[in-house]
Amino acid sequence: MIRDPKDLKRYEPQERANHWVVGISFILLALSGLAFFHPAFFPLTQLFGGPTWARIIHPYLGVLMAVSFLAIFIRFKHLNKMTPADKEWLAKAKNMVDGNDHDMPEQGKYNGGQKVMFWALAVCMLLMTVSGLAIWRAWFGFDITVVRLGAVVHAAAGAVMIALIMVHVYAAIWVKGTIRAMWYGTVTRAWAKQHHRGWYRQVTGK
Amino acid sequence: MALQSLDIKQRSATTTPSTQVRQTVEIAKLIDVSACIGCKACQVACSEWNDIRDEVGNCHGVYDNPMDLSAKSWTVMRYTEVEQNNKLEWLIRKDGCMHCSDPGCLKACPAPGAIIQYSNGIVDFHQENCIGCGYCVTGCPFNVPRISKEDSKAYKCSLCSDRVAVNQAPACAKACPTGAIQFGSKEDMKDYAAKRVEDLKERGYDQAGLYDPQGVGGTHVMYVLHHADKPNLYAGLPENPSISPLVSLWKGFAKPLATLALAGVALGSLFHYVTKGPNEVSKEIEDEIEREDKEEAK
Repeated sequence: MIRDPKDLKRYEPQERANHWVVGISFILLALSGLAFFHPAFFPLTQLFGGPTWARIIHPYLGVLMAVSFLAIFIRFKHLNKMTPADKEWLAKAKNMVDGNDHDMPEQGKYNGGQKVMFWALAVCMLLMTVSGLAIWRAWFGFDITVVRLGAVVHAAAGAVMIALIMVHVYAAIWVKGTIRAMWYGTVTRAWAKQHHRGWYRQVTGK
Repeated sequence: MALQSLDIKQRSATTTPSTQVRQTVEIAKLIDVSACIGCKACQVACSEWNDIRDEVGNCHGVYDNPMDLSAKSWTVMRYTEVEQNNKLEWLIRKDGCMHCSDPGCLKACPAPGAIIQYSNGIVDFHQENCIGCGYCVTGCPFNVPRISKEDSKAYKCSLCSDRVAVNQAPACAKACPTGAIQFGSKEDMKDYAAKRVEDLKERGYDQAGLYDPQGVGGTHVMYVLHHADKPNLYAGLPENPSISPLVSLWKGFAKPLATLALAGVALGSLFHYVTKGPNEVSKEIEDEIEREDKEEAK
């Protein structure tokens, strides 16, 4: 049932499905990856049927995430081009974090912060994929220096990526009325007008 | 091997101290390269005692057989022909785990208790805890551990930890017909090596010496080399081995710091929420939209 037929469509079903394939594979990868990152997280391997299974499954999940992330990257790349308005927004980001979003510059479908997140995740994803293949001993046997470098890059990019996703998830929780966009695709007009006025005007013609 | 002894110095992926109240004598195996005749009795004794039978391979036209260490060949003789002092020399080095005091494999291993360093110095793989990730291979400065294709577990020389636990010398030392493999306390082995080095020097090997590389804190398998200044001559024995800086970075202080940083992001988010409150759609804008709707309806 549609509560308000005037709600604005933000995401198509296939975009949402794509997002959640990335999301689920990310969560599973983060949990299994952390288990090998530091002994404190090792018990997380029990979620995957034990440590050996966690080691076997992790890289295949990585392939799934790499492919589904590539799809989402291609879908949204053109919407994430940086503009002067985005730079202005970023310069004022501190006000936004302090909870004062009244004099933020007008934003299109995505604001400067979201775009930075998009590109930062894309860079991490590329590093994770390349370094992950370098240390995947079940299929590959690269030179030891490549493997050692791969291990460092994989751990570092993984930690950065987990931090970025925490910020991504928290931003969705913090900005009320956001999460529904990824559940069933719509947002209210008021939400759009407040947070993405440029996009609001574009889709409503007002 | 299962736990043979509770005298443990270090345990992989374990951040609290292991049982280490009792102190045992630090042991070492001394391989006197100058006394080795390359008979491979040590290889046979190793496979015999440890119940491992490698595939029968092919002859590659050289004495090395098998050509490399494997999950089923924990020690191999490496033969090198070099010219030194205008003479042909046939250098034969028994290769295998060096049992480092600062083991790169143990440092890299993410599985608790898969790699154990006993207080006597032996570094032992406990395959029942091994998850097959191969990080030990990444960490080892000597390229020793091998992952089995059958069970994906890591294997290497155990220095016959089961024999040593009951005061027996390793099988290879027991089998060596020339006394090129000596076994005892590390102190005794150093004394023995000093005598051998002296003897070699008298016989014209000015650069003879003991290989006990300090870059890995010393090892519990040591070599007497006639050319200790050029360990590379002996089938690429590393000159100054140490744990790669990349491995130290990967497994060092960075990870606890990153873990704290991640906890900081999670807690920071929570406290941001409870101090600043949620970012809600303002009543003002909701009213505006409602007004527009009413006007349109008229």
